[in-house]
Amino acid sequence: MKIFLMIIAYIIFAPILGAVLSGLDRRVTARMQGRVGPPILQPLYDVLKLMQKDSLVVRRSQNFYIAFFLMFIIFTGALFFSGKDLLLVIFALTLAEIFFVLGGYKASSPYSIIGSQRAMIQMMAYEPIVILAAVGMYMVTKSFYITDIISYNKPLCYYLPGLLFAFIYILTMKFSKSPFDLAYSHHAHQELVKGMTTEFSGRSLAMIEVAHWYENILLLGFVWLFFANNILIGVALTLLVYFFTILVDNTFARVKWEMALLSTWIVGLVFGVGNIIVLFFVKR
Amino acid sequence: MYLLSFLILFPLVTAFILLFLKNDKVRAIAITSAAVILSAGSIALLIINFHREAQYFSLEVPYIDKAIFFIETLLAGYIFYMGWKYKKYIISGLILAQFLITAVFETRYRHNIMVDHVLFVDKFSIIMTLIIGVIGSLICVYAIGYMKDYHSQHNKALKDNRRFFSFLMFVFLSAMFGIVFSNNLLWLYFFWEITTLSSFLLIGYNKTQEASNNAFKALEFNLLGGLAFLIGIIYLYRFYGVVELDKAVYLGKLGALVPVALISFAGLTKSAQMPFSSWLLGAMVAPTPVSALLHSSTMVKAGVYVILRFASVLQGSMLGFIIALIGGSTFLITSLIAISQNDAKKALAYSTIANLGLIVLCAGVGTYEAMWAAMLLIIFHAVTKCLLFLCVGAIEHRIHSRDIEDMSGLIISMPKISIMMQIGMVGMFLAPFGMLISKWAVLKALVDFNPLLAVFVIFGSSATLFFWVKWLGKIITVVNTEQDLEEGMSKIETIPLFILAFLTVGLCGLFPFVSTALIQPYVMEIYGTTLTMSQGNIVIMSIMLAMVMLFPLSFINYGKRVKVVDAYLGGANIETGTRFRGASGSIKNMAMKNYYMEKYFGEKKLYRFGILFCFIFMVFMFMVLVK
Repeated sequence: MKIFLMIIAYIIFAPILGAVLSGLDRRVTARMQGRVGPPILQPLYDVLKLMQKDSLVVRRSQNFYIAFFLMFIIFTGALFFSGKDLLLVIFALTLAEIFFVLGGYKASSPYSIIGSQRAMIQMMAYEPIVILAAVGMYMVTKSFYITDIISYNKPLCYYLPGLLFAFIYILTMKFSKSPFDLAYSHHAHQELVKGMTTEFSGRSLAMIEVAHWYENILLLGFVWLFFANNILIGVALTLLVYFFTILVDNTFARVKWEMALLSTWIVGLVFGVGNIIVLFFVKR
Repeated sequence: MYLLSFLILFPLVTAFILLFLKNDKVRAIAITSAAVILSAGSIALLIINFHREAQYFSLEVPYIDKAIFFIETLLAGYIFYMGWKYKKYIISGLILAQFLITAVFETRYRHNIMVDHVLFVDKFSIIMTLIIGVIGSLICVYAIGYMKDYHSQHNKALKDNRRFFSFLMFVFLSAMFGIVFSNNLLWLYFFWEITTLSSFLLIGYNKTQEASNNAFKALEFNLLGGLAFLIGIIYLYRFYGVVELDKAVYLGKLGALVPVALISFAGLTKSAQMPFSSWLLGAMVAPTPVSALLHSSTMVKAGVYVILRFASVLQGSMLGFIIALIGGSTFLITSLIAISQNDAKKALAYSTIANLGLIVLCAGVGTYEAMWAAMLLIIFHAVTKCLLFLCVGAIEHRIHSRDIEDMSGLIISMPKISIMMQIGMVGMFLAPFGMLISKWAVLKALVDFNPLLAVFVIFGSSATLFFWVKWLGKIITVVNTEQDLEEGMSKIETIPLFILAFLTVGLCGLFPFVSTALIQPYVMEIYGTTLTMSQGNIVIMSIMLAMVMLFPLSFINYGKRVKVVDAYLGGANIETGTRFRGASGSIKNMAMKNYYMEKYFGEKKLYRFGILFCFIFMVFMFMVLVK
C-alpha cells in the first residue's frame, strides 16, 4: 500500500516539483547573469502553451518514440521511488532515453540526427559511472534494492566519495547543461539549431519537457541516495548539488564530444573505479 | 541413448543423401523435411529428459574406434595435402604433428584404454542440442533460398556447388551433436576436428583468393587449438589414466589443471578469443548462412562449451582468473572496435567475439552465478545473433551492399525484414530483452566475485549501447522516398526469419521457464546451489516487455493530428525536401552519416592492443601451470 502511494505521489508531484526546480534554475541563472529572470512557474506556462500549438512532423511516426520516452521515464521513476532494484532502474532509464534518441533519428533531419548521435556519445560516456555507482552502493550495503540502500545506517558518500564526485561530474550531461550540452540545450545559441529536438513541436515538445521534469527528479533522487540516511540533510545536500550544476552551467563553455567522452571516462576510471578498488580491499 | 545416436547419425546420413540429389526442388524438400525431423528430435530429447538427471551411456560397437582412427587418417591426409598444395606449410606441420601423436597413441595405448561411458546427456547438452537442432535447422532451410540467389545473381562466375554446400552443413550439424554428447574425449576431439574442417571448406566456398586465405587462417588457428586439445587428452591419459570428460572434471577439482588448461586453450581458439580473433573476422567472407551457423550460433559456442564444462574447476583458481581476464579484455576491446565498423557483417562478427568473451569471462569466474549467466548468454545470443546475420544476408542481396551507411530507409524499402532486424538489434542490448537480462546476470555474478572484473563489462556494455543504437537509428531514418525492395522474396527465406524473431521475443517472455526448467537444474547439479531472478524483478521485466510490445500499436495514430513538413536544413529547401540552397546559391543534397570515431576506436590501433594484452595473459596462463 505504501509503495502504491509512493508511486502515485511520484506521478503527481514529480512534474510539479520538476517544473518549479526548472523555474528556479532559470531564475538563479538570470540572477547570475545580472537579469531579473522569468516567474518561477514560467516552464509550466511554456508547456501549457505548447500543448495548444500545431504538431509539425517530418516523419509521421516520430512522435510515437517521444510518447514512449515519457511513458518509460515515468515507469522508471515509479520503480525508483517504490524502492526496487537499482540496476533495473538504470536499465529502464536507458531504455527510456533510447526511445528519445531514436525519435531524433526517426525525424530524419540532419540536425536532430547529429544531436541524437551526440546524445549517444554522452550516454556511452556516463553509463559506466552510473552503473559503477550502483555497484559501489551494492558493495557497501550488500543489496541492489533501493529500500535496503536508503536504510543503511551511515551516509554512503562516506564510503563513496569518488563515485559521488564522478556522478556529479556527469550530472550536467544528464541535465543537458554546459559544458556538456552537446545534444541539445535550452540556450538559444545552440550550434545544432536545437539538436535532437529540432523537429519536434507542439504536444511532442511539451512531452519532452515534462519527461525531463520527471527525469530530473529521478536523477536528484539518485544523488540523494548518497546522503540518504538522514532525509532532511540529504535533501538539503541534493539541492546544493543542483545549485552547483547551475553554477557550472553558467561558468563553463560547451566542450567538444571528444573532450566530453574522454574526460568522463577518465573521471570514471580514476574516481569511480578507484573508489571501487579501495572499497574492495578495505571491505574484504 | 537411441535418440542421441539418432541425432548424431541422422544429419550425417542426410548429408550423404543430399550429395546425390541433383534436382534443386527435390533437395529443397529433403532439406526442409530433415530440418523438421531434427528440430523435432531435439525437442523430443528435451521432453524425454525433462525430469531426469544427467545420464551416462556405455556403448559397445566393434571397430568403432578403428573406424574413427581411419577417418581421422583420411582427413589428416587431405589437410596435409591442401597445406602442401597451397604452400601453407604451418598447416601441414600442425596436422602432421596431430596425426603422429594420434597414430602413436592408437598403436601403443589403445588396447589399454578403458572407457566406461562414451556418451552422456545432461541439461547443458540439451540446451546446446536445442540450439543446434532448432536454430541450425532453420539456417539450413534459409540457406536453400539464400544460396539460390547467391549463385544466380551475385556470383555468376562461381561454379554452382550447392550439393556440396548442403552436404557440409549437415555433416557439421552431425559433428556438433557429437561434440555435445561425447563423454569420451577422444570422440569429442574427433568431432571437434570435423567442425574445424567443415569450417575451413565453407569459408573457402567462394574460391576467391581472399576466401582461400581466410579459410587457411581459420584452419591454422583451429588446428593449433586441436593440437592443444590432443596433447591435453594424452597428458590426461599418461598421468591419470582416463580419457573421459566427467572424470577429467573430477580430477581437475583435485588439482589436475594441466589438461584443463590445454583444453581451455583449444576452447579459446575455437571461440576466437583474442589473440586468435582474426580468423573469425576473416570467416565473414563465407556465405551468410555459414556465418550464422558456424561463426555465431553453434561452432564458436563449442569453444565456450568445453571451457564451461570445466568452469567448476576454474572457480577461484589462478588459471580461471587469467581465462576470465582474457575473456574480459576480449569483450571490452572488440566492443570498442565494433563502434568503428561500417561493414555490417564485420560489425556483427566483432559483436559475436565480444559476447563469446563475456561467456569465457563467466567460465573463468566459474561461480554458480556466473554459470547461470553464461547459460543465459549462450541461449539468447544464439537466437538473436542468428536472426541478425540472416537479416543482413537478406538485406545484402537486395541492396547489394553491406555497408551500414547504405541501410538508411530500410524501414520503408524492406519493412518486414527491417522490423525483424530491429527486433534482433534491441534483443542484443536493450532491456527487457534477453541479452540485457544476461548481461545483468553477468554483472551481478562479477560484483559478488570480484568487482574489478565487472569494470570490463561496464565499459564494454556502454560501447555496445552506442554501436547498436546508431545502427538501429540508421535503419529507421528515411532520406528519400524509397522503392519496395522486398518483392519476390521467397517464403523459404522469410519463414526462418519470422520464427527467429518470434523466438527472440518469446524467449524473453518465457525467460523464467527457461531458467527454472533448463539452467537451474544444471547449475544445481554442479554446484549444489542455484539462483534465480527475484519474483519482483521478473514481474517488472514482464511489464516492461508488455509496454515495449505496445509500441506497434501507436501506429493506429499514424499521421493523425500532425502536419507533415520538410526537415529544417538551415536554408531554403528546394523541390524534394532533401535538397537545399547552400552558401553562394549552389544547390546541395542533404546527407547524413553516422559517427565511426576511427581516430579513437580504429580497428588497427585497438586490435594490436588486444592481441598484446591477451598474448601476455596467455603466457601467464601457462606459466602458472609450470611454476
